Amino acid sequence: MARPVRFNITPKLADTKDSIGLVDMPDGYTGEGFFATKLNDVVGLARKNSMWPLPFATSCCGIEFMATMASHYDLARFGAERLGFSPRQCDLLMVMGTIAKKMGPILKNVYLQMAEPRWVMAVGACASSGGIFDTYSVLQGIDQVIPVDVYVPGCPPRPEAILDGFIKIQDLVGEESLRRRNSERYKELLGSYGIQ
Amino acid sequence: MTLSNQTIKAKLVEKFGDQVLNFEEPYGMLTFESPKDMNLKVMQFLFDDEQLRFQFLTDLTAVHYPDKKEKELAIVYHLHNLIDNVRIRFKVFASVDSPDIFTATKLFSAANWMERETYDFYGVNFVGHPNLKRILNVDEMNYFPMLKQYPLEDQTRIDKDDAMFGR
Repeated sequence: MARPVRFNITPKLADTKDSIGLVDMPDGYTGEGFFATKLNDVVGLARKNSMWPLPFATSCCGIEFMATMASHYDLARFGAERLGFSPRQCDLLMVMGTIAKKMGPILKNVYLQMAEPRWVMAVGACASSGGIFDTYSVLQGIDQVIPVDVYVPGCPPRPEAILDGFIKIQDLVGEESLRRRNSERYKELLGSYGIQ
Repeated sequence: MTLSNQTIKAKLVEKFGDQVLNFEEPYGMLTFESPKDMNLKVMQFLFDDEQLRFQFLTDLTAVHYPDKKEKELAIVYHLHNLIDNVRIRFKVFASVDSPDIFTATKLFSAANWMERETYDFYGVNFVGHPNLKRILNVDEMNYFPMLKQYPLEDQTRIDKDDAMFGR
């Protein structure tokens, strides 16, 4: 015997009139017919709103990613509409799912094939730390083979959480210095993973 | 006329006498064992016989019984008769010090990868196998993980202590 419906009995139609999100202009000096700002800001703005992700979907988190890409939790709103499956063409490597120790070198190869600037997002518990699979065959976190920028916890994380992680990546991309990839500290970081 | 477990047992005993032993029927599936040198002969007989026709190898795996001295590793073959829809389980035992078993790859092609998996996890050496190397684990692994003395957990983690995680 079903209980009577308590919520959402008279659903409200979404009011989409005038509700277009626009990206804020970076700080700069405006004049008649010109706008001067830092190259960093403009490049960051362009990059963050048109990220091309590479979905490295291995298991259940991949399904949550599919839900995130679908219309309800649209990832395309954030500019990540064009997913590439070739690392040569993508900037964001989203590792979603359990990575086995045998898969580690392959994942590293995929990362090496990406061109700078590149970011990595570890989606889910298994990619972040091995998850519930504390076993001899599962890599306990992809940060053992590649440097990771954002970790999204969850098993699996809800699509909203994946979007939150993506927004954090966008913040990182927008604020990143253009000289970062040539800096000593970055080179040391890559060196610690054995990547030249 | 359907092939019953009694018929199968009778034919096996008639052909092999006391070399096939320990007939059991857990959940209705006939299970028997034989000495490890006889494994190919028994399977070839089950394959070729006109009535028995067990021509499909469903599964090949091993079980580690650390308490049964000299017979620690049980290599289990699950055979299926597709025509009469009858399944049968056949076990051979080997000791963990000399786990050599004749390979079934000439008889069943499916045994190829299944034997590689059994080697990878239990260390069973299949004599005559065309390519016996690790299949699911990393090639550099130097132990056989499914044996009971090795722990499940990854030993390289330093942040999980045994008390908190019940190891």
